[in-house]
Amino acid sequence: MTAASPTEPVLTVEGLSTSFQVDGRWSTVVRDVSFEVRPGETLAIVGESGSGKSVTSLSIMRLLPPRVSRIEGRIRLAGRDLGGLSEKEMRAVRGRDMAMIFQEPMTSLNPIFTIGRQISESLTCHLGLSKRDARAETLRLLEKVRIPNAASRFDEHPHQFSGGMRQRVMIAMALASRPKLLIADEPTTALDVTIQGQILDLIKQLQEEEDMAVLFITHDMGVVAEVADRTMVMFRGDAVETGTTEEVFLAGRHPYTRALLAAVPRLGEMAGEHWPRRFPIVDMATGVQAEGKSVDATVATHEEPVLAVRDLVTRFEVRGGVFGRKTGEIHAVEKVSFDLFQGETLSLVGESGCGKSTTGRSILRLVEPRSGRVDLDGFDVLDLDSRDLLRMRRSVQMIFQDPFASLNPRMTVGASVAEPYTAHRLGTRAEARDKAADLLTRVGLDPTMMSRYPHEFSGGQRQRIAIARALALDPKVIVADESVSALDVSIKAQVCNLLMDLQENLKIAFLFISHDMAVVERVSHRIAVMYLGEIVEIGPREAIFGDPQHPYTKRLMAAVPVPDPARRGIRRDLSGQELKSPVRPLDYVAPERRYRTVAPGHMVMEGAVG
Amino acid sequence: MSAIDTPETAISSPTNRAWRKLKAHKGAVVGLCIVGFFTLLALAAPLLPIPDPNATSWTAIRKAPSLLHPLGTDELGRDILARMIWGARASLSAGFFSVTLAVSIGVPLGILSGYFGKWFDILVSRVTEAFLAMPFLITAIALAAFLGPSLINSMIAIALSALPIFVRLTRGQVLAVKTEEYVEGARSIGLGPVAIMVRYIFPNVLPPILVQATLTVATAIIAEASLSFLGLGQQPPAASWGSMLNVAKNFLVQAPWMAVWPGSAIFLVVIGFNLLGDGLRDALDPRSA
Repeated sequence: MTAASPTEPVLTVEGLSTSFQVDGRWSTVVRDVSFEVRPGETLAIVGESGSGKSVTSLSIMRLLPPRVSRIEGRIRLAGRDLGGLSEKEMRAVRGRDMAMIFQEPMTSLNPIFTIGRQISESLTCHLGLSKRDARAETLRLLEKVRIPNAASRFDEHPHQFSGGMRQRVMIAMALASRPKLLIADEPTTALDVTIQGQILDLIKQLQEEEDMAVLFITHDMGVVAEVADRTMVMFRGDAVETGTTEEVFLAGRHPYTRALLAAVPRLGEMAGEHWPRRFPIVDMATGVQAEGKSVDATVATHEEPVLAVRDLVTRFEVRGGVFGRKTGEIHAVEKVSFDLFQGETLSLVGESGCGKSTTGRSILRLVEPRSGRVDLDGFDVLDLDSRDLLRMRRSVQMIFQDPFASLNPRMTVGASVAEPYTAHRLGTRAEARDKAADLLTRVGLDPTMMSRYPHEFSGGQRQRIAIARALALDPKVIVADESVSALDVSIKAQVCNLLMDLQENLKIAFLFISHDMAVVERVSHRIAVMYLGEIVEIGPREAIFGDPQHPYTKRLMAAVPVPDPARRGIRRDLSGQELKSPVRPLDYVAPERRYRTVAPGHMVMEGAVG
Repeated sequence: MSAIDTPETAISSPTNRAWRKLKAHKGAVVGLCIVGFFTLLALAAPLLPIPDPNATSWTAIRKAPSLLHPLGTDELGRDILARMIWGARASLSAGFFSVTLAVSIGVPLGILSGYFGKWFDILVSRVTEAFLAMPFLITAIALAAFLGPSLINSMIAIALSALPIFVRLTRGQVLAVKTEEYVEGARSIGLGPVAIMVRYIFPNVLPPILVQATLTVATAIIAEASLSFLGLGQQPPAASWGSMLNVAKNFLVQAPWMAVWPGSAIFLVVIGFNLLGDGLRDALDPRSA
């Protein structure tokens, strides 16, 4: 991991410009970008969506559709000019001299072939190995990427692998032909934090072993700080800043770099703060930063909780065999209890499959819980007939994760926002229209946009629309299910600030479901950590972050990438620890859990989990 | 908030917008012209200065196109132009009404079965599968024979035979759309199942159904021809393009014009419906510019 070795660069890019033809017009999405990557070095390209970072990597691989795209500039790989190569020669370069790993490990493997066959294929194809040799080499690679029991998993299919393991397989495939350059395009974005840590470490370690050059594309400054020797910041198609990672982080000159860094939540920066605090706002033109205000005293703890959940259990059946018999159950939510007070934000954190989303959905009865009791604003939620159920949904609303999927694409934004109001017959059409306009203004959008369709808006704007819609019925509780996870950092900060504004003005209680610990730290009053369907630790935000008690809470905290380049040397446990599955046999009886009170309101589950 | 640079669009209702987009779609305009032309011709048949389509003439059997008979005459000396125009009524209505009937029963059934699932879905699915296992034309012939020979009955028979495809297609689409977050979002704001099906499911499953419908119009026109040929559809001497084509195939060498005109007309109408369907699909999708 030497930063500036005197050796020849593996990849040199000079004056790269990429344009796309849209409706007969050429628009440039990457402008005059130059950089180089040396052996054993990692260059991170960082930027938000639409900054051209992925297009840059695809241009280097020449994977863009040739008819509608135009690539200018010089790209040299190991001294060879790629510009002059034919498509056939290029195919030999791809996968042999440079390899790529993609974001989505779920879709980048062919589901109908075994893992072993897919890796051996690139070996027989690029290196001309015999079948036997390829098998042996494949096993070696699988071991290299630390897949446990590699030999026995050779003949398994991709669906039998977890997300993290699939990404390991993708890396093994990329490494198969010992490439000089590895392009990693958001390789850990789709993974859980603890798995992300493992994959990042794996890439670092393999790079050392093979002396590979790595081009790492990401939007996550925490990841950048952890992997990159040098960093290039891209903004709307331009490389605005390039330098060593320390320089960029500590002395970034361009306002955009500073804005990007300011918007990144840092774990631990809220130590000593009692209330949630808004994200700082950075002026994009000047880079001047204004500290966010805290959200003071919105919580009504002395009153009855607006939402009280007791021993909530939700299970899903697993069916198998010829006759579709019940073979087991997914214990998605297992005896979960908590209170939520008016004006309070309780965060449910945990990794995928821990049941945090199912908990939220169970409360709205979007899925049917098995047992327990949910009291919400005077409704006994689990004991409502279908009429009252629709009425109950006025008191609690939901904001979903994906702003591209949560709005009906065939309905105008105005109609979408007004719909809850008209559906519950709260007023006339004209009143609904006024209400929608008012709500859009409240979330920072122009009401003249009402007649547009969702696809005409950016991700952050759509999430604002979704929030406006959730507010239409003046709910007491809003369940925000990963509502900011899909957004760019700067937009994420703005949407979080909006949620905090609304909480301050309307005294809304949020059940904030998220895997992003850094955001959770900013917005929450209290936090509940979930693991395999159970709450393992619950308490005030300060206590959970300052004094985590449960081993899983500690592991979760340690895995969060921190945007501090000084932490680059840190290595975690590389063993392929996987998230356990909450699928249980039919005769499984959930053990009785006991909670130990650490401090008032701070409770930890006793005994081992799993 | 990152401002997106969409130009300020004039406030317009969705229907206006769809119509504007349809007009800008070249293929759709061509399709609309073709379908419109034949529809007008069919509607105006009684008003046009053409000879009686059923008047036979022993002196003008299988005459090539001439000034007197612009498209020639058939084996009984009837004027082909007149029969084409009157035949358009039978063929177009066979295509149009049978598909409308099939869609208006099949799509709701598919939506209900896909959305509610459980026993209703099992029942509907098994029945449609049983129907799909039989060849389309055989089902249509059996039904038409059962209902008795007439144009109306043949249209009903064609509609019922085309029905399973629409149920099946709609159900599959519903299963996909049902899991979208916006549908769950609709449930979470407290919408009932009917509102969700009408406002959320239906518009989002429509595009493939439109395409299937335009293709089925073509199949229906040809099916009507086959039924007419078997004596189960349009009753002679009344004309339909299909029945004309069926007779013409016996005289392909001696009188090719007898086949060329109805054949071309079927071809054109089918193309017209397909182009129109394509255009409608794009126009109704707010995502395409």
